[in-house]
Amino acid sequence: MTHQSQPSTTLSPPAPMTSMQRVLTALGQREPDRVPLFLFPVMQGARELGCSIQDYFARPEQVAEGQWRLRAKFGHDCLYNFHYAAIEIEAWGGTTLFRTDGPPNAGSPIVQDPEDIRRLSVPRIEDSPSLQRVLAATRLMAEQACGEVPIIGVVMSPFSLPVMQLGFEHYLILMHERRDLFERLMQLNERFCVDWANAQVEAGANAICYFDPVSSVTIVSRELFLATGREVARRTIAQLKAPAAMHFASGRILPRVPDLFDTGAAVIGVSSHEDLGALKRAAQGRLSLLGNLNGIEMRHWTPEQAESAVKTAIQAAGRGGGFILADNHGEIPWQVPDAVLMAIAHAVKRWGCYPLADDNTD
Amino acid sequence: MSSSSDALLQALLALNRVQAQELLAQARAEYSPLEVIEILIRPALEELGQLWEGGDCALSQIYMSGRICEELLEELFGEALSDDLPETDGPPRLGIAVLEDYHLLGKQIVRTVLRAAGYRVHDYGRQDVDTLLEQVRADGIEVLLISTLMLPAALRVRTLIERLREVAPGVRVVVGGAPYRFDDQLWREVGADAVGLSAGDILPILERLGVKP
Ligand code: B12
Repeated sequence: MTHQSQPSTTLSPPAPMTSMQRVLTALGQREPDRVPLFLFPVMQGARELGCSIQDYFARPEQVAEGQWRLRAKFGHDCLYNFHYAAIEIEAWGGTTLFRTDGPPNAGSPIVQDPEDIRRLSVPRIEDSPSLQRVLAATRLMAEQACGEVPIIGVVMSPFSLPVMQLGFEHYLILMHERRDLFERLMQLNERFCVDWANAQVEAGANAICYFDPVSSVTIVSRELFLATGREVARRTIAQLKAPAAMHFASGRILPRVPDLFDTGAAVIGVSSHEDLGALKRAAQGRLSLLGNLNGIEMRHWTPEQAESAVKTAIQAAGRGGGFILADNHGEIPWQVPDAVLMAIAHAVKRWGCYPLADDNTD
Repeated sequence: MSSSSDALLQALLALNRVQAQELLAQARAEYSPLEVIEILIRPALEELGQLWEGGDCALSQIYMSGRICEELLEELFGEALSDDLPETDGPPRLGIAVLEDYHLLGKQIVRTVLRAAGYRVHDYGRQDVDTLLEQVRADGIEVLLISTLMLPAALRVRTLIERLREVAPGVRVVVGGAPYRFDDQLWREVGADAVGLSAGDILPILERLGVKP
C-alpha cells in the first residue's frame, strides 16, 4: 500500500479502499482501513429474487444477480460462487435432494461397493452442466466486480468429498482398512479438484476456498491427518492457480494449526468452538484467519448480540491484519434474519476501523 | 474411572483391537458379562464422548472404537447383540431415528454405544414425522432418541414433539447432532427432554431418566 508516500501535510482522509485492496492488505498481514467482512449468504439470493432455492441455483444469471444484490445490501467484501456441496457429486453422476427451507444434500452415494473405486474415472469439467452453471455465474460476477471485489470460488477437498461419494461410514472404514483403494480414490479426486478449482480461476475466481472439514480435529486424529488429509492438501493446493483458504466448516483446528503451515494455504476458516485469540497466536502471522461467528446461533441473535459478537471477534483477532470476519461455516443458514446480517455489517464498520479502538486505549 | 477401564480407553483410542480384546478377556475371567460392561466398557465409552466434546479425540476414533467394542462383545459373549425390544414388563423401550435428514452416522454411533453398554434399542433409520409417530406409538416406545445433522431437520423436531405430546404424552425425547452442539438453546426450543452433545452422553442421560439396560 502507498500510505507512507502520501505527503504528511495532507489533511483529507485517505480514500476508502476497495474490497480487493482491503482483503489483500489484510492477507499481507497488515492493517487495511477496516477489518474485511466475508458474509456468505448463499441461498439468500433466492429470497432476494423471489424464487425457490432449487430454481435459483438452476440459472447462473440469478446466482450472479443474487450475489450482487446481497453485497449491495450488506456491503461485505466478496462475491461467493458457492452453490451447494453436492453439485460436485452431480458431476460424478450422483443426485441432489433439494428442500425449500435449507441447503440441498447429496442423494445416495455413487460408490456403493468400495471395489467400484477401481472402475471410477474422473469427470471432465466441460461435460458437467452443473459445474458449467457455476462457471457461468462466476464469469458474470467477474464482469460486474471489475477486479474491485474478490470472487471466492469453492471446491470440496479430495479428502472430504468421499463422505458424499461413499457415505461417511464406508469412507471411515475405507480410510482405516483399505488404504490401497483410499489412495486410488485420492488420486482421482485430486485430479478432479485441481481441474475444478482452476476452471473457476479461469472464469474469474480470485481465490479458492478448499473445504476440508474431514481434516479437522473434530473428524480425524492427528496421526491419520498427517498421513492422509495433509498430504492430499499439500499436493492439491500446490497445483491451484489462485491463493487457497483451507476451510474446516466449523470443525476444530487449533491444536493442528502448525501442521497447516506447509500445506500452501494462505487462510484458514476457523470454528466458534475455539478461542479466536489462541488461533491468531497459533497462526503466527503465517496464516490469516477467516471466521468465526456462529451461524446457527445467529438465527436468534438480537442486533445487540450481533454487535457484541463482532466486537469480540475483532478484538481477539483483528490487530495487525491477517483477519477476515466471517461466519464459521462458510454459509449463512436460511433461517438467519437479514436484520442480523445487517447488524453484523454495521458492527464491522463501527468496531473494525483501523487502528482498532482498543489499540488507542492501551 | 478404574485403571482397567482407562487401559481399555487407551487401547480404543489407539484402535488397538488386540489389546482391547485381551483386556476384555481378562475382565471376563473375573466378572459376569454385565459387570464387564458396567466396569470396563461403559466408563470408557462415556469418557471417549467427553474427550470428543473437548476436542481431545476425533470422530474417526469414536466410530472405529465403537465398532471394535461391538465386535468384541459379540465374540466374548458368543451371541449377536440383539436389537429386539425387551418384553413390555421389562426395562423401558428405546427407539432411535434420524428425522428428515440423510445423515445416519450420528445415529449409528449412538446405537453402537447403547448396544455396547448393554441396551436394546429399536432402530427406525430415517423417518419423516408421520411415519415415525405411528411406529413409536405402535411399538410402545417410551424413550425416543433423535439424531439430526442439518438445521432444518433439527428444527423439525419441534413438530414431531408437539404431535407426539398429543398422541403419546408419556414418551420422552432425547435429541443430538451438530446443530444442537452449536446452539445450546435449541433442544429446549424444540421441546426435547434432554440433549446429548456426544454419543457417550446418552449413557448418563438414560441414567438420569431412570432407564437401565
Ligand atoms: C464434515 C462436514 C461436512 C462434510 C461431510 C458432511 C456429511 N456428513 O455428509 C462435507 C464437506 C461434505 C460437508 C458438506 C455439507 N455440510 Co457440512 N459439516 C461437516 C462438519 C464439520 C461435521 C459433520 C459430521 O458429519 N459430523 C459427524 C457426525 C456424526 O457428528 P454429529 O452429528 O455432531 O454427531 C455426534 C454428536 O452430535 C452426537 N449425536 C448425534 N446424534 C445424536 C443423537 C443423540 C440422541 C445423542 C445423545 C447424541 C447424538 O454423537 C455423534 C458422535 O459423538 C459439521 C460441523 C461440525 N463442526 O460438526 C458441518 C455441518 C454438519 N455442515 C453443514 C452443512 C449445512 C453442510 C452442507 C449442506 C453445505 C452445503 N450447502 O452444501 C453440505 C451437505 C453435504 C451433503 N451430505 O450433501 C452444517 C449443518 C447445519 C446447518 N447449517 O444446516 C454444519 C453443522 C456446519 C455448521 N456449523 O453450520 N460437511
